[in-house]
Amino acid sequence: MVNLLYQKSITELHDLLVRREVSAVEITRSVLERVERVEGTVKAYVTVTAEQALATAEEVDAKLAAGGDMGPLTGIPMAFKDNMCTKGVRTTCSSRILENFVPPYDAAVVEKLAGAPMIGKTNLDEFAMGSSTENSAFFTTSNPWNPDLVPGGSSGGSAAAVASGEAVYALGSDTGGSIRQPASFCGVVGLKPTYGLVSRYGLVAFASSLDQIGPLTRTVTDCAMVLQAIAGPDERDSTCAPGPVPDFNAALTGEVRGLRIGVPREYLAQGVDPRVAGAVGAAIDLLAAMGAEVEETSLPHTSYALPVYYLIAPAEASSNLARYDGVRYGYRAARPEDVVDMFMQTRSEGFGAEVKRRIMLGTYALSAGYYDAYYLKALKVRTLIKRDFDRAFTRYDVLLTPTSPTLPFKKGEKTMDPVAMYLSDICTLAAPLAGIPALSLTCGFVDGLPVGLQLMGPPFGERTILRAAHAYEQKAGHWRRQAEGV
Amino acid sequence: MNRRLATGAARRKGYRGMEYETVIGLEVHVELKTESKVFCHSTTGFGGDPNSHVCPVCLGLPGVLPVVNRQVVEWAILLGLAINCRIASFSKFDRKNYYYPDMPKNYQISQYDLPICLGGHLDIEADGVKKRIGITRLHMEEDTGKLVHQGTITTTPYSLVDYNRAGIPLLEIVSEPDMSSPLEARAYAEKLRQIIVYTGVSDGKMEEGSLRCDANVSVRPRGSTRLGTKAEIKNMNSFRALQRALTYEVERQIGVLEEGGRVVQETRTWDEGKGVTLSLRSKEQAHDYRYFPDPDLVPLVIDPAWVEEIRACLPELPEARSARYVEKLGLSAYDAGVLTAEKSLADYFEACLALYPEAKAVANWVMGDLARLLNAAGQSVDQGRVTPERLVGLLQLIDRGEISGKMAKDVLEAMFATGADAVRVVREKGLSQISDEGAILEVIRRVLTENANVVADFRAGKDRALGFLVGQVMKKTRGQANPDAVNRLLRETLQEQG
Repeated sequence: MVNLLYQKSITELHDLLVRREVSAVEITRSVLERVERVEGTVKAYVTVTAEQALATAEEVDAKLAAGGDMGPLTGIPMAFKDNMCTKGVRTTCSSRILENFVPPYDAAVVEKLAGAPMIGKTNLDEFAMGSSTENSAFFTTSNPWNPDLVPGGSSGGSAAAVASGEAVYALGSDTGGSIRQPASFCGVVGLKPTYGLVSRYGLVAFASSLDQIGPLTRTVTDCAMVLQAIAGPDERDSTCAPGPVPDFNAALTGEVRGLRIGVPREYLAQGVDPRVAGAVGAAIDLLAAMGAEVEETSLPHTSYALPVYYLIAPAEASSNLARYDGVRYGYRAARPEDVVDMFMQTRSEGFGAEVKRRIMLGTYALSAGYYDAYYLKALKVRTLIKRDFDRAFTRYDVLLTPTSPTLPFKKGEKTMDPVAMYLSDICTLAAPLAGIPALSLTCGFVDGLPVGLQLMGPPFGERTILRAAHAYEQKAGHWRRQAEGV
Repeated sequence: MNRRLATGAARRKGYRGMEYETVIGLEVHVELKTESKVFCHSTTGFGGDPNSHVCPVCLGLPGVLPVVNRQVVEWAILLGLAINCRIASFSKFDRKNYYYPDMPKNYQISQYDLPICLGGHLDIEADGVKKRIGITRLHMEEDTGKLVHQGTITTTPYSLVDYNRAGIPLLEIVSEPDMSSPLEARAYAEKLRQIIVYTGVSDGKMEEGSLRCDANVSVRPRGSTRLGTKAEIKNMNSFRALQRALTYEVERQIGVLEEGGRVVQETRTWDEGKGVTLSLRSKEQAHDYRYFPDPDLVPLVIDPAWVEEIRACLPELPEARSARYVEKLGLSAYDAGVLTAEKSLADYFEACLALYPEAKAVANWVMGDLARLLNAAGQSVDQGRVTPERLVGLLQLIDRGEISGKMAKDVLEAMFATGADAVRVVREKGLSQISDEGAILEVIRRVLTENANVVADFRAGKDRALGFLVGQVMKKTRGQANPDAVNRLLRETLQEQG
């Protein structure tokens, strides 16, 4: 099968560029044409920056023609989730309140990917709060495998763009599963790195102690390459880890013999769709057959991840989102009576229902008289969850679970039931609470829909989970299947 | 006399014979004069156009992150050591959440339960009585911006916001409620300011807002061990205002109690013009700040070795300096106190001393004529035009007999006004003292010839006549003759002639 340019992986396109068989402009055109063809259905983008993408591609081609150096991502068209600041290009967080906000600066990851033609800014649940993109103030993105279904969220636009060929890769952000769950729903690879591996500077904050930027790609190799490009210390982010970045690509040996894999039983208990459990079970069998040592284990505090997450994340969000008040930038209510009225009207009109819900939850959890019972208690249980992982990683190199308990669901199916929506992230909430890396990749298909497998590793254990994911991917070969809904 | 009573209105008798005690604690905010702001690289310079010292970080734009300025931590430790605090080995930043348009993020980064410095003290003296005031804590935080209203805050059609000040580093120093009179409170605030200026971390100018003082004040019946209900007083923009506001507030609270009322816990603002405190908001309207650890900043783990390095950099503080002036320079305790009250004055004094090691003479000129000129001009010594070199130049002219001490006062005034050095002033004004005895003798002979009747009076025993003759000589020399020489030569001449 001969893939069209927009369907190719980063590595394939890089080889073509190096051999001068195609130009960056040709690749970018191919992707932009694909956007033109399918975007009406997929609706992955809040903003498409076609001219800018072509201009960057032309610069790249000129530089290459002059014999300039070329990084592995140079000239490869990509997309940013629309909560990463891009100088001169509006950054909306899919919210009315930032609908016309044009940042005067670039996020750290945007700087690091200079030389990559940016196709555009992708849709998300407003301020990254949600699991389906249905909380976007603008529109819902469609799942490229079946447009009636959601792509997952909150990085649904990024996942859908990569799955449908509207970008070769994209960056997403993950706070409770916002990279991995949409990666699972859209059949792509999504990695939430260790907290502190990638600078958050310029990522519009949702929950600062949980947010991490990570890649959404079609292959594990691509994932390693993008991670290589965006990881590393940044003096503008105090929470960013110092020290050198390891060689992720070198970890992709294709070998899992002797790898100790733990399967926490809590993640395959009730609530998990048996078809999902079946696909995950088959993947476990394949890994065991490849020589990995697979064992059932337990993370006893797993059931607390959801309540802990829904106290800590909203608490931080209630403070992080306080700055949207209409004073300095963004939406401002038209005719306020006074300054307090301006705050209230601006925020009432500018934020959507889910954002308001979480601001209220978080404000409550931090309030005098409730702080100890809710926020402080949640911090303590967070430590217990972290210890579960510390203990498990003394015995296992990676932990394996489903990424989502269900297959991609229908648009509108869960919008009236916030808790049902929250449960969609039940398998992905613990990793950010523990600060550990976690990756999702496709482990099978049910009724033409992808099923995601999650691999979690110890802090800065990206090399190990990438190795396991890569070996599995090469053996299972699911990555070759293209989204069939568009 | 009762010791406590000695310190001003420590205790006051009510109309019904009830005696009251005053309890005061102070919260002092100090603006640090670092080059850049506390959490970003924006400059801290003053006087720029509105919103010219800003960047995405201090404007709180979406996506930005704070990174703590190492200098701020260092200066917090330095000042903490200077006021005898313990330096925490583990400290963190918290967010104080409330909405106000001058706050770019609608939260202020501050320190809540784990401040960087704890448990210090200052020794003060009020009305001649010494007292130790406890310091609860010192913590770091960021300043807010400034609102400019068109008219008053309630009637303004719109307000303008200037974020130049947003993110300027502040230290907040909280005292124990150890002060029992407005005078003590003032003495504490002045002492704290003195030390702040000595450490060099801030200008400590209350009028310009680089030092701000809030007070918690309550009264209680004498002997009661329970604290009365307190009011927090804000907006006192000078030490004098602090003392006045507290004096007013103590009287007000006693008045409320005397009338059978209850003091309400509230925040009050000092109205300088009217000389009263006014209610700003009650406890019920108080903010719930919802403090929580700032997840964007990592906790500070402070290496004891670093603290020792900073301790080694502590400058000589006023008390030590004053003691040294008494012991090593032989100055009186009073003079030493005056000279060390302001660091700039003491530095000036020592700069003079390095060039001219006559401590007493230098002290007299610095504390006397120079201080008078500076006060009249409202300048501090480092702003004045009379540099240490120039003052010493003046003293050397006196020593060489080129000008008299009396003339020197006029020369100093001219130096102060024009910025010229002493030699130039003397030359330009033709003030140089005539010490040439031949020249003086010539004038004397002329005066004696012209005033034969006065000479006769002198010989007749009228001593006053000599004074007149001296005056005539001085007049003819336009005051430039060395008065000692005139006296001596005049007597000699009269004797010779007689």
